[in-house]
Amino acid sequence: MARKVQYFIMENTALAGIASQVRRDIVRMVSAVNSGHPGGSLGCTDFLTYLYFEQMQHNAADFQMDGKNEDLFFLSNGHISPVWYSVLARAGYFPAAELATFRKLGARLQGHPSTDKNLPGIRMASGSLGQGLSVGLGAAQIKKLNQDPTLVYTLHGDGELQEGQIWEAAMYAAANKVDNIIATIDANGRQIDGDVDEVLSLGDLAQKWVAFGWEVLQMDGHNFDSIRSTMQQAKALTGNGKPVVIIMKTEMGQGVDYMMGSHKWHGVAPNAEQLQVALDQLPETLGDY
Amino acid sequence: MEFEVFGNKDTRSGFGEGLAVLGEQNPDVVALCADLTGSLKMDAFQKAHPERFFQAGIAEANMIGLAAGMTIGGKIPFTGTFANFSTGRVYDQIRQSVAYSKKNVKICASHAGLTLGEDGATHQVLEDIGMMRMLPNMTVIVPADFNQTKQATIAIAAHEGPVYLRFGRPVMPIFVKPDAEFVIGKADVLAEGTDVTIIACGHMVWKSIEALKELRAIGISAELINMHTIKPLDAAAILKSVGKTGCVVTAEEHMMNGGLGEAVSQVLSRQYPVPQEYVAVNDTFGESGTPMELMTKYHIDTPDVVAAAKRAIARKSIII
Repeated sequence: MARKVQYFIMENTALAGIASQVRRDIVRMVSAVNSGHPGGSLGCTDFLTYLYFEQMQHNAADFQMDGKNEDLFFLSNGHISPVWYSVLARAGYFPAAELATFRKLGARLQGHPSTDKNLPGIRMASGSLGQGLSVGLGAAQIKKLNQDPTLVYTLHGDGELQEGQIWEAAMYAAANKVDNIIATIDANGRQIDGDVDEVLSLGDLAQKWVAFGWEVLQMDGHNFDSIRSTMQQAKALTGNGKPVVIIMKTEMGQGVDYMMGSHKWHGVAPNAEQLQVALDQLPETLGDY
Repeated sequence: MEFEVFGNKDTRSGFGEGLAVLGEQNPDVVALCADLTGSLKMDAFQKAHPERFFQAGIAEANMIGLAAGMTIGGKIPFTGTFANFSTGRVYDQIRQSVAYSKKNVKICASHAGLTLGEDGATHQVLEDIGMMRMLPNMTVIVPADFNQTKQATIAIAAHEGPVYLRFGRPVMPIFVKPDAEFVIGKADVLAEGTDVTIIACGHMVWKSIEALKELRAIGISAELINMHTIKPLDAAAILKSVGKTGCVVTAEEHMMNGGLGEAVSQVLSRQYPVPQEYVAVNDTFGESGTPMELMTKYHIDTPDVVAAAKRAIARKSIII
């Protein structure tokens, strides 16, 4: 379903309904295999739902690896694969029933995203952190070389920004005026060992990106009006000689009350009892897989 | 068995010329370099096709990621930097974004091994073949001279998948014919013999050619194989030759651990165990010196190939 419209708008209630189903998928997927990363997945659900259902021009029905003339998305923090898999499935890349194979032997839905098993929607393996911005920039530069006007989107964790390669890429993007990329930072302030500020503080993150020569926007990752206006603004800023980054404030575990406010559910799956508590908070809207 | 010599040049210049040819032939070829354009001889490509040349600066990890991303729009990226910075420094980037993701990236690595010379051990990578051949999906090529490096550079553009192409800095004799065809994975038998098989790659092929002459002078008939492709390894060529000679010497400008010799021994130990002697660097770092001084000191020189051939032949008569 290619979206050729400049700004395709959905009702916020419709987006919220999809997001609720995606959150159900996430907690069910990780609980079923007693592993995986629900915290960051729940935190990025609203953003990825918006990105795939409203923002991007993309072709779910006929996935092409080379992605010519469609917007591309690269998930750099690959451990939040559950949210990506669910959004891809719900957007039509593969049957939602396949979500039941997550992390199981032989599955296309590997623990971290891969191209190895040819899952539609995925163009690059990720998991080892810090690599996705470089990949996105390479793809963006080739779009320019190919005179392809579509855009490249990337998503990164805030903890991931501790990787040096991110800053190599940030420097490169501004120096080479790669202005057809929109990078988003999932600023939930938490990582495996605790708060980002305690593990290794990023300092003034916005000023760092400004100093590296990027256009910097901020948004509330759980408010569709904020996401929409910021993403539209980001798109309008492309093509002006500067790369664009959005610092997106989110809550790890958003949507499941007992997972919020802590880093503890970064990489821990709920048991059967906890799963039921979570599902009671998340209305089924599109039908469970 | 005389080898025609077509002059003397460095293998990195073969890469530069091959890349320039690709620039004219194939509009999908793009090149990236990490601040070593002159050292890698990428200037000609850069000058002729500035829109397809990407200067990454001294940021190799980003360069590998960029290259991986550039395959997605259908391009064939060639990255260029020293072998040390092409492998160990970026192993995880290559592993995840290139090898595991099966991206069509050509990692072109110069100044490999001891013959980088005076810069010393910080730059003399001797582990790169091992690192690269351990990666699934990776093809590993170590051409022997200027002509073969040029031919290999052109050939890998037509091969779909990740490739590691290793070459070097010293000026060495050119003995591969200018019009020779380079076939990935097909070894070149340079000389036929009956007493011992010498399997060499890179600069050690010329050293082995020199050794052949010395061996012949003392009545030893050696077969010489230029094993320019380390992976996939031409096992059929090895078995055919060793079936005739009954012993083998491997010769490489690389650590004994993980290199050509180990690749060959893996074939032999499983299919046709025979005595094998290794000409390789034995678990030590290098140091500053001229390339030829270093090859002598670290025992990867012509006399070392000759001595290894004698040892291998002697071991054939030992009955266990």
